[in-house]
Amino acid sequence: MKFAVLVFPGSNCDIDCYKAVEETVGQQVDYVWHTATDLSGYDAIIVPGGFSYGDYLRCGAIARFAPVMNEVVKAAEQGKFILGICNGFQILTEANLLPGVLRRNENLKFRCHSALLEVVNNNTPFTNQYNEGEIIDIPIAHGEGNYYCDEETLAKLQSNNQIVFRYKAGANPNGSVDDIAGISNERGNVVGMMPHPERAIADILGSSDGKRMFTSILNAWREQHGAAVNG
Amino acid sequence: MKAKVYVTIKENVLDPQGVAVQGALHTMGFAEVGSVRIGKFLELELDTNDKAEAEARVKAMCEKLLANVVVEDYRVELEG
Repeated sequence: MKFAVLVFPGSNCDIDCYKAVEETVGQQVDYVWHTATDLSGYDAIIVPGGFSYGDYLRCGAIARFAPVMNEVVKAAEQGKFILGICNGFQILTEANLLPGVLRRNENLKFRCHSALLEVVNNNTPFTNQYNEGEIIDIPIAHGEGNYYCDEETLAKLQSNNQIVFRYKAGANPNGSVDDIAGISNERGNVVGMMPHPERAIADILGSSDGKRMFTSILNAWREQHGAAVNG
Repeated sequence: MKAKVYVTIKENVLDPQGVAVQGALHTMGFAEVGSVRIGKFLELELDTNDKAEAEARVKAMCEKLLANVVVEDYRVELEG
């Protein structure tokens, strides 16, 4: 299986994501620059965190028009696995691959600490190694992670089971609607989340709960391709 | 021709920065301040004299890039 980690000017979690793929699933992984016009060789695309284009105008607003994003849209249509983390989540909403928008945190603070999440939907290519309702510890680091969508969209997210992660009840760090920390598209192959699983892949980092996101992706790919366990 | 674009958070969406500034103004004794909305102001120099065309083009710019219409409203003024 082959992973791409996109790199925009201002991405700063690209190396962590690359290393996380190497460490957790040991699959092939490449950095792919924002000007790339072909992603056909990749099975999974990670849109990493950071401050693409300095967060000018709005987070993700300019990155969304980078040439590589046309390819990300194509890959999403083909059912490939796309994971946007933090700024990557913001880019995916700006690109209309995911509904809603990430607003300034309600308390106006940049929140950088570990966060407890509830795995709401474990039936996605990104969460199949977790139990439904499991509480996991994944760090956050954002100033604009306050997820918002209108009521109609929220009702759709709920009824289609598109809410993948919620902040643990009573511990919402940013004011997001319905305590949302991560969502998927309708098909389930595109997920965006504010917390950083790539920063939680070993106990020495404070938590290894993020590891199973990567093993989930590999597992989903193997199921799709009928590959042998060590393939 | 010059276009002035005002981008603000929609009325029904909470503007945490506006709320913070409102609180500060109240603390300072400006009790008459009902609400504060913070937005962006953009000035665009346009290489055209056709007002109708400029209006349509700037509207497209707002819809595509300058505003996120999920949570923001925009208003355009053309000059010259």
